[in-house]
Amino acid sequence: MTDTATPLYNPQDLMRAQVRWRMLETVFWVSALLPFFVAETYLVLCTQIAIAALFALSLDLLVGYSGIVSLGHAVYFGIGAYTAGLLAKYGWGEPLSGLLLAGLVAMLFGYLISFIMVRITHFALIMVTIGLCLLFEEFGNQAHDITGGHDGLQGVRMWRLFGTFRWDLYGFTAYAYSLVVVFLCFLVIRRIINSPFGLSLRGMRENARRMPAIGAPSKQRLQIVYTISATFAGIAGGLLAQTTQFVALDALSFQRSAEVLVMLVLGGAGRLYGGIIGSIIFLVARDQLASNNPQYWYFWLGLLLILVIIFLPNGILGGIAHLLSRRKKS
Amino acid sequence: MIARQISLLFDGFAYGMLLFVLSIGLSVTLGMMNFVNLAHGAFAMIGGYVTVTLMQKAGWPFLATLPVAFLGAAVASVVLERVLYRRLYRATDLDQSLLTIGIVFVSIAAAAFIFGTTQQPIELPAYMRERIVIGDFSFGAYRLFLIVSALIITAVVVLGLDYTRFGAQIRACVDNQRMARGLGLNVDRIFMLTFAIGSGLAGLGGAMAIEIVGLDPNFGLKYLVFMLIVVAVGGLASIRGAFFTAAMLGIIDIFSKYYAPQVGSFVLYLVMVALLVWRPNGVFARR
Repeated sequence: MTDTATPLYNPQDLMRAQVRWRMLETVFWVSALLPFFVAETYLVLCTQIAIAALFALSLDLLVGYSGIVSLGHAVYFGIGAYTAGLLAKYGWGEPLSGLLLAGLVAMLFGYLISFIMVRITHFALIMVTIGLCLLFEEFGNQAHDITGGHDGLQGVRMWRLFGTFRWDLYGFTAYAYSLVVVFLCFLVIRRIINSPFGLSLRGMRENARRMPAIGAPSKQRLQIVYTISATFAGIAGGLLAQTTQFVALDALSFQRSAEVLVMLVLGGAGRLYGGIIGSIIFLVARDQLASNNPQYWYFWLGLLLILVIIFLPNGILGGIAHLLSRRKKS
Repeated sequence: MIARQISLLFDGFAYGMLLFVLSIGLSVTLGMMNFVNLAHGAFAMIGGYVTVTLMQKAGWPFLATLPVAFLGAAVASVVLERVLYRRLYRATDLDQSLLTIGIVFVSIAAAAFIFGTTQQPIELPAYMRERIVIGDFSFGAYRLFLIVSALIITAVVVLGLDYTRFGAQIRACVDNQRMARGLGLNVDRIFMLTFAIGSGLAGLGGAMAIEIVGLDPNFGLKYLVFMLIVVAVGGLASIRGAFFTAAMLGIIDIFSKYYAPQVGSFVLYLVMVALLVWRPNGVFARR
């Protein structure tokens, strides 16, 4: 960065260099297959991690790449979960089409709500996202006949995947299914981020006023990315409903919105793998720490948040990148 | 029929005044430093637990515990401000929200660890538990106490802001922090004091709230929403705005709970979102 006299890059080369698939990424995704062989008892946890990673990725599109704060992203997660759950409960248990519909319904809500979101900024935006999240949670609670309220949505029955694979007790099918879906979504998100559109999002994050001046209409693009983000959050929610065959009201809650944000910030927002790493660390830590008492898990969660914000403002991946660049310099 | 509505109105107003005392500090500090302090409710909870502990363990009378509740919350807030908050004054809204949410989570766990997860009961003195009957109407003495205290606090805050030297300094910092700094005001010190007073008021509110809404470890999160509504709708650093919003909020909440309990808080959140979208800087905003 210090050497400004380097020859000018061809912008297309720059974009191509970003898209290139790195060795470490291949290693990472291949190792995601390991639980099938070495940690069969943890497949349920691995499924949860895969789902949380997708949810965090969807939020990263907003928080990390576009600079839109959201403390209520669970709205779309919950909408996706209830869509998939209700479909399966009332007779359509086919997983793939159910998942697609979950994404589409979340997309529709995301599109409608995006009109509100692009109008406001800063403190009011945080407030409105919290407000919307509480609104939907309260609605889910009150609409007891549809959602089951606090008892959760019972009686979700999934059909066999492709008509052949049973949803087994150990979660082989669930993990394989989630992993494939999450990987495909990851590829799409990766492509979006490394496209010119993705670059313009980062431009808006850095300077929202200048982007329209150089020919990129901010509001329209923010609406698009908001809708995309809501869609992926909905797919993540749908996955959770299908693999657990149950939807808790918790899927819509403010706590879940806060948790996903913690995962993202923990791993590093604005980095493709930040949300994924964050969700792995977060859920493994919760699995270890919360087994005795959920009340004390809050203590560790809060402490983790405070420490990360104070000492690692760019998350774990940001901290590692910082260390590496310092090493290179010296 | 009318008598019932008037007493509902009275209860709603008393509840609103409670919300006002709880949120006024948040309004001023947010307007002054642009610091999103979601842990304000946790300070209120500290005040509540100070009162409960003093009454149950040391047998203090209720009124005597209130100043201690104020002080306890104020001291705790100054410690946190020095250790944590000041590192993030220039950070983004998101980082500030996450740090303070982290503090709320820790406070929930700490309160559950020390005091248990149950509701904390307190025994008010007899003269506060009475009902005052005037003709057809009857009012709870404690609610009257709430209203009178809130009005006194409002008067002190408004007069203090308008007529004292310190109040003028606070107003200068809210209006233009950089200019105030340029004129030689020690903004950090002024902010620390304002923050302490605001959090102290929250602690006082938390102590006075036990009788009305109860006290459990989730207090900081449960009533945070109400405080944020008061601040967001009332406008930052607007005492007048916060006062009216809090009063309306209390009245709407009591009436909706009485006449349409099945709707719950749904209407409240809907109104809040609508108002914020309509006027993002608050309905009564000065700027």
